[in-house]
Amino acid sequence: MNAPEKKKLKVATTSLAGCFGCHMSFLDIDERLFDLVELVEFDRSPLTDIKHAGKCDIGLIEGGLCNAENVHVLREFRQQCDILIAVGACAINGGLPAQRNPLSLPMILEEVYHTSPGLHNGLIPNDPELPLPLDKVHPIHEVVKVDYFMPGCPPSGDTIWKVLTDLLAGKEPNLPHELLHYD
Amino acid sequence: MTYHLETAEHPETLRRVAIDPVSRVEGHGKVTLLLDEDNKIHQVRLHIVEFRGFERFIQGRPYWEVPVMVQRLCGICPVSHHLAASKAMDPIVGAHHLTPTAEKIRRLMHFGQIMQSHALHFFHLCSPDLLFGFDSDVAKRNIVGVAEAHPETAKQGVLLRKFGQEVIRMTAGKRIHGTGAIPGGVNKSLTVAERDELLKDVYTMIAWSRDAVHLVKKLHDANPALYNSFGLCRSNMLSIVGHEGAMDLYDGKLRARDADGKLIFDGVDCNNYYQTIEEEVRPWSYMKFPFIKALGKEDGWYKVGPLARVQNCDSIPTAFADHERRDFMDYAGGSPIHASLAFHWTRMIEMLHAVEGIKELLHDDDILGTELMATGERKREGIGVIEAPRGTLFHHYRVDDDDLVTMCNLIVSTTNNNQAMNEAIRHVAKRYLHGHEITEGLLNHIEVAIRAFDPCLSCATHALGKMPLKVELVDAAGQQVHELSRGL
Repeated sequence: MNAPEKKKLKVATTSLAGCFGCHMSFLDIDERLFDLVELVEFDRSPLTDIKHAGKCDIGLIEGGLCNAENVHVLREFRQQCDILIAVGACAINGGLPAQRNPLSLPMILEEVYHTSPGLHNGLIPNDPELPLPLDKVHPIHEVVKVDYFMPGCPPSGDTIWKVLTDLLAGKEPNLPHELLHYD
Repeated sequence: MTYHLETAEHPETLRRVAIDPVSRVEGHGKVTLLLDEDNKIHQVRLHIVEFRGFERFIQGRPYWEVPVMVQRLCGICPVSHHLAASKAMDPIVGAHHLTPTAEKIRRLMHFGQIMQSHALHFFHLCSPDLLFGFDSDVAKRNIVGVAEAHPETAKQGVLLRKFGQEVIRMTAGKRIHGTGAIPGGVNKSLTVAERDELLKDVYTMIAWSRDAVHLVKKLHDANPALYNSFGLCRSNMLSIVGHEGAMDLYDGKLRARDADGKLIFDGVDCNNYYQTIEEEVRPWSYMKFPFIKALGKEDGWYKVGPLARVQNCDSIPTAFADHERRDFMDYAGGSPIHASLAFHWTRMIEMLHAVEGIKELLHDDDILGTELMATGERKREGIGVIEAPRGTLFHHYRVDDDDLVTMCNLIVSTTNNNQAMNEAIRHVAKRYLHGHEITEGLLNHIEVAIRAFDPCLSCATHALGKMPLKVELVDAAGQQVHELSRGL
């Protein structure tokens, strides 16, 4: 008789204010993706059509917080995931988008929507469908508890693979020096 | 505003249905529909809900940082931003002509980018809709489902993307956010070992890319009624074309055609892009709406990307891809094709061209050269235009005497498609949803139309907007982190 099939762990991924590079790096595990799906089942992710995460064992999150919707998505996601991993520079410290932090929001708006070259009309988008921007970009640990931080811009596919396979094997993730990058 | 279904007359009386987030696309966006009690549709909008402010915070940075910074606009096509910014910075350092090695390494990097992005989009993101049907089981509508039902197709998709990423790694130093291009040239060429490693697999990649084109053709042949009409949006088309009108994804001059294929303009120097294109802001999206100035905002909007490029050029300079281009042009008997799903066909033709282009460059010894940088008389302003995977991408900078950026204007590919995407989803809403009970499967039809454009909503969120409201941000312990300003 075959051994009973091991229950697959549920993994969800989401993206806040980032560039999607961390998700691309996740796909850089290349053909190991097919090994991974033998072990895990994907819940919400930009690669699936599940719009809200269900209960998950592991959640990977990319991007920082730049608007009210990011905060809402982060809190909902944290609630659903037993282990939350901040992936990449934006989630960990705001990343490049945080370079807007020293600047004043009204000045940026003025330049982008009023004085920017080649504009037909000057008008600042203000529809209720558009989420309220935060006046500073924040890392996610300022708002929710984060279990692990995976540095890099983005962390490499090998790094993501190592952390996930360690966790799947029930081990504490441990990155050797060559996989621990901040660039 | 006169666009059909863009603005309802009495939104307050209507029911709102949202697709939020739009899934299996890159970045953040949502769609809202407003319906009356009979499920008649009165308004459909694709909103770009995020902003990051790149154009402003680039200012004050030294010019040489920019090609590395701006690729953080986008992790899917970082190379396109990296190269467009590098091209814009070339005249700033006086490099009016690159060395042959530098130009060819950059072209190789760009072909790698086109290949990985097109493979990702078709196989990982869109193939589930096309292979299983638009209203198939949500649980299966993803790359894992494809791997189970069509393992060979999924494997080829993953390995095609991998090959493109490896070309990028060898030319840019790193798969995502590399540093290979610098103002005036590149900082590395290829080693013989690197070249030989790529040469080993390139012929397999060409064969698989041809298979991918044939797969899309088969889908069209199996259901022409759907493929010829879904998300149809007649529009002008814009792209750059190279020497003698041939497709050139790295450099060229601007050409635009109208919906019937007649030339609107041709041979426009990219340095004059701002005399040709204007942008409109609308209150419900952070993404602007560009249009051809001479035609005005009502008639001047256009499509960019594979569907525009394949029909805009006179030839593709690699044999297999050009053969496929002619097949595509013959399909509609010579008149332009505007059906949204035809994007996939043309995207696979371009992927084939990119792999053929990689093969040709791998056989060119210039890619092993050591002359990497050019110099000359420096300028204070630079414009870099490139055909990114999703379409024409404009970068424009001015630099002061201290080498700091004083002006930055970006029109990203997806922004160029803003109106066209909105028109396509309204067409689909009217055709499939109007008067029906809204189901998940029907809503996915809207997303299928958006996905056809391969929008990169990450790229498109570089601008910044405001909402005159107030929100408190509280941390996990209930402490206020800060309060949002109101009114601005």
